[in-house]
Amino acid sequence: MTCQQLIEFLTEYIEGQLPLSQRAAFELHLALCGQCRAYLHNFRTTIEAAQNAFDDPTVATPASIPEELVQAILRARRSN
Amino acid sequence: MDHDEVLNDADADALLIAALRAGEDSAFETLVRRYGGRMLSVARRLIGDDDHAQDALQDAFLSAFNALATFDGRSKISTWLHRIVVNAALMRLRSQKRHPEQSIDDLLPAFKADGHQEAPVARWKDSGESTSDRAEAQALVRQQIEKLPETYRTVLLLRDIEEHDTETVAQMLEISVAAVKVRLHRARQALRTLLDPVFGEQYS
Ligand SMILES: [Zn+2]
Repeated sequence: MTCQQLIEFLTEYIEGQLPLSQRAAFELHLALCGQCRAYLHNFRTTIEAAQNAFDDPTVATPASIPEELVQAILRARRSN
Repeated sequence: MDHDEVLNDADADALLIAALRAGEDSAFETLVRRYGGRMLSVARRLIGDDDHAQDALQDAFLSAFNALATFDGRSKISTWLHRIVVNAALMRLRSQKRHPEQSIDDLLPAFKADGHQEAPVARWKDSGESTSDRAEAQALVRQQIEKLPETYRTVLLLRDIEEHDTETVAQMLEISVAAVKVRLHRARQALRTLLDPVFGEQYS
C-alpha cells in the first residue's frame, strides 16, 4: 500500500468500513510511515474541528428569529 | 390527576398539530416562534448568506403549512421541520447556482509517481486550548468551511455538522450513496488543506 492509496481510504478507515484484510495492510503502512500518521492525525482533527465549529455559544444558542420575518411568514400564509 | 402536570413533548406536539390543522392563527405563530430560530441557523449554515437564509426559512414554513395534512406524527415536529428547512435551503442553493464552482483539485493532496505525498506533512499540535482560543479557532474553522466549493461544503455540512447519515444525505441531494462518500472524503481533505495554516502554525 502506498501513501496515496492509504489516504484514499482514510474516511472508510475512520468510519470502520474497511474490510479486515485491507485494514491490516492499512495499519501496517501506518506503523511504518510517520507522514501518514501525521496526515491521519490532522485529518481526524479536521473532522472534529468541523463538528465543533458551530458549538460556539454565540452562534449556536437558539438563534432568534427577527420579528419582521415572523410577521412576513404569517402574512404569506394568510395570502396563500 | 393534577391538571398542570407538564405535557411531554409528544403530547405538546400533538396538541399543536391539532390546533394547526384546525387553522388557529395563534398556533401558526407558536410554531414559527418556537422552531424558527433554530431552523434559521440551519439555513444560514447551508446557504451562508443571511438574506437567502431568511427566504429559505419562509419557503420552509410555507411548505410545512401545506404539508400539515401529511404530517403523520411518527417523528417529532422539530425533526420534521428540520428536514423541510434543509430541503428548502438546498432548493435555494440549486436555483442560485452562481458562478462556476471552483475546482477542488487544488485543495487535495498531491502525490509523486511512487505514491508519496509531494509536500511533507507536519503533525498539528494537540489543542490544549483556553475558552477564548476555542471560540477564535471555531470562527476560523467556520471561515474555512465557507471557502469549500459548494458541492463539497453541502455534503460536509449535512454529514459532519447536521449529522445526517450517508443514505439520508444521498436522498436529500438526490445523488448516489457512493457520490456522497466521495464528496465527503474530498471535502474533509480539502478542509484539512485549508486548516493547515491555522492549526499547523501553532506547531512551528
Ligand atoms: Zn505513508
